[in-house]
Amino acid sequence: MAARIHGGAGAGAATALSTFNPKKLVAPSRTNLPAARSSKRYIVAAAGSDASKKSLRVGHSQKLIANAAVATKADTSATTGTGHELLLFEALQEGLEEEMDRDPHVCVMGEDVGHYGGSYKVTKGLADKFGDLRVLDTPICENAFTGMGIGAAMTGLRPVIEGMNMGFLLLAFNQISNNCGMLHYTSGGQFTIPVVIRGPGGVGRQLGAEHSQRLESYFQSIPGIQMVACSTPYNAKGLMKAAIRSENPVILFEHVLLYNLKEKIPDEEYICNLEEAEMVRPGEHITILTYSRMRYHVMQAAKTLVNKGYDPEVIDIRSLKPFDLYMIGNSVKKTHRVLIVEECMRTGGIGASLTAAINENFHDYLDAPVMCLSSQDVPTPYAGTLEEWTVVQPAQIVTAVEQLCQ
Amino acid sequence: MAIWFARSRNIVSSLRHNLNLSGILSKRDYSPRPAFTNSQLSSRSVFLDSITSLRHESTAVEKQHDLVQQSDEEDVQELDFPGGKLGYTSEMKFIPESSPKRVPCYRVLDEDGRIISDSDFIPVSEQLAVRMYEQMATLQVMDHIFYEAQRQGRISFFITTVGEEAVNIASAAALSPDDVVLPQYREPGVLLWRGFTLQEFANQCFGNKADHGKGRQMPVHYGSNRYNYFTVSSPIATQLPQAAGVGYSLKMEKKNACAVTFIGDGGTSEGDFHAGLNFAAVMEAPVVFICRNNGWAISTHISEQFRSDGIVVKGQAYGIRSIRVDGNDALAVYSAVRSAREMAVTEQRPVLIEAMTYRVGHHSTSDDSTKYRAADEIQYWKMSRNPVNRFKKWVEDNGWWSEEDESKLRSNARKQLLQAIQASEKWDKPPLTELFSDVYDVKTKNLEEQELGLRELVEKQPQDYPPGFHI
Repeated sequence: MAARIHGGAGAGAATALSTFNPKKLVAPSRTNLPAARSSKRYIVAAAGSDASKKSLRVGHSQKLIANAAVATKADTSATTGTGHELLLFEALQEGLEEEMDRDPHVCVMGEDVGHYGGSYKVTKGLADKFGDLRVLDTPICENAFTGMGIGAAMTGLRPVIEGMNMGFLLLAFNQISNNCGMLHYTSGGQFTIPVVIRGPGGVGRQLGAEHSQRLESYFQSIPGIQMVACSTPYNAKGLMKAAIRSENPVILFEHVLLYNLKEKIPDEEYICNLEEAEMVRPGEHITILTYSRMRYHVMQAAKTLVNKGYDPEVIDIRSLKPFDLYMIGNSVKKTHRVLIVEECMRTGGIGASLTAAINENFHDYLDAPVMCLSSQDVPTPYAGTLEEWTVVQPAQIVTAVEQLCQ
Repeated sequence: MAIWFARSRNIVSSLRHNLNLSGILSKRDYSPRPAFTNSQLSSRSVFLDSITSLRHESTAVEKQHDLVQQSDEEDVQELDFPGGKLGYTSEMKFIPESSPKRVPCYRVLDEDGRIISDSDFIPVSEQLAVRMYEQMATLQVMDHIFYEAQRQGRISFFITTVGEEAVNIASAAALSPDDVVLPQYREPGVLLWRGFTLQEFANQCFGNKADHGKGRQMPVHYGSNRYNYFTVSSPIATQLPQAAGVGYSLKMEKKNACAVTFIGDGGTSEGDFHAGLNFAAVMEAPVVFICRNNGWAISTHISEQFRSDGIVVKGQAYGIRSIRVDGNDALAVYSAVRSAREMAVTEQRPVLIEAMTYRVGHHSTSDDSTKYRAADEIQYWKMSRNPVNRFKKWVEDNGWWSEEDESKLRSNARKQLLQAIQASEKWDKPPLTELFSDVYDVKTKNLEEQELGLRELVEKQPQDYPPGFHI
């Protein structure tokens, strides 16, 4: 297949955008949903529009369940097909490739994303398939290619901008804050900026302070953007697809250490809701809110806690901006105790904002103060032992739960 | 139609590529010796030991212009480095920081509005010329009246384009309506040319509910998707990498259009200038970069902004074709922008135009430029180097414009503007809902809550809020 497509989006490039209505396909982004919903999976039909967008990927069954239209979610929790196993970075790639097949306006830009396939191989194979204009290798200037993505988005493309490491996107802060987040508003709604900005962040294995940044802290204040963090191959693919289809600029936070997680995901097409949290483990005694890599530390601690007789409810908040206060609220109303476990630093992190939001909204339901476990306010050191001490460990989580549940 | 510049008048351009349409589009590692423009360049056999072989090779090429002037060294042995072959010399010579002669600027009309003999330029019809003049004059009236309105306290802020009317209008006239414009903030003339009405300008300045921007931006931050004019964003030079992105988008969709972006002399110091130009060059994106070198960046004179010979010499550093033009000469600007646009679209490459001009007005209404420059310098440029008068003389000499037309135009424009301002002033400001809409495509829960909270507050205590504060 895949003759190299040069200098254009190839087939479908001239397809009028007017036949394509992304809003028909994405589940609504409202959080005040009926209490009956339980599963977060949405099986979505491909657009009733252009056939060219339904181009089939080899080896990927295109059995699509009948259209779950905007208002209701077709809740099929039973998996039809056997599913297939893959690693998280492959799930991201699969999601990206499906969206690029579906919509010729989706393009990728960043450093080494083309033939090199990206530093973490998320864009592997895409340049061969879609051409090196659609999977664009850029010179090293984050502010430039982010700005470029914004300009392209305002003219009708849907760029996926990759930061080689989230920390480098600090160089693009001006474009992200002043333009990406604002231009839809300041233009009076005349221009939309449907970009996805993604990349690996978080504390890795001895990568040093500059490569261990938690950008969600810095970006969370920017009005106009949405932030999501993936943590499993399932939600990585689902969030990637949802982010690309969203008309808003979305920042997708991946974690350096989670790229090799393996999971079986459905063969059918699905997307995840950008504004929803994920119930990882229902429970009764305490609500543990977490996201990204800390989810795994929490689940490890949960094992110990269960052995000790506790029943923690673990929620992966996934949506960092805006918070899914609906699911979080229901959980707090049930358990009355909250522990937040995050990788951000103590000052000004996601946990700090979440603590404030919970206190404001659910104060009457709390039996104990909200506790937040975060990294210290220090640059991440290189030495392995020091680095381990800056990240919240399962033992700390167990201690905190015991303390809260006294 | 377009007159291609067959002769390079420029010292700098003698080292540049020829205007060969079958150019080296997808070449990534061509040698810095720009002698050939055909695909034979990829085979290294082109560079042989003797000059005769080079010439021999060149006869096989299609129409070849004069071989570039050979540099001083006679050796033609080459070294291989990433990026291609290059010659070497044992003479240690530093490239001087500046050329002995500055890059001359391209001009067609002299100060008296007469066409300089033997000029290359694209002819302008009577209809086009009259329209250009009318718009330049209207722009002047607009600047004057809005400035006065600010001084009277009717609008909070304004930026004039006094002295730069030719750059504004003539460049706009040279573009097609599909070309996407990314302005800095001193180019409302482009929007005026495309059809934005005086009422629409006034609405934006007053931030009323009829404003397309819904009252969200400061005055002069116009934007119109209808006219392909991106909303002005205050930070300097952020539009340059975005222009590269627009060019990329147009290239991907193979549209017959280019991105056109403006920047001032000061803005070229921003990192985004480097970023935008470099990217556009590497992407081979159809972008026309127009730098309005007007001598001042608020109070910073260009001698304190950079030490190069202006902006035009920077183009070659990025592999971008460039030209310096007399920005106060409407015909020259028209021809240059028109040609640049054609090059950008047909050859899929960026082009840089440095338009030399002068900022006669203050930087903005928050500035008093007499504090940092001589009043007679301003007077000189205002009276003797006025681009509008210069073009007017040419148009009048052709018999296309009279004093009667002049007074009629100015008084009409003035009247329309005063009416527009009066109307805009009276109209309501946007209602409270517009504070929270368009942050996202659909309002998020927290925004809905915040809106509700604010609405309740205002309804409960209306006396604490200014009159005309509508929910």
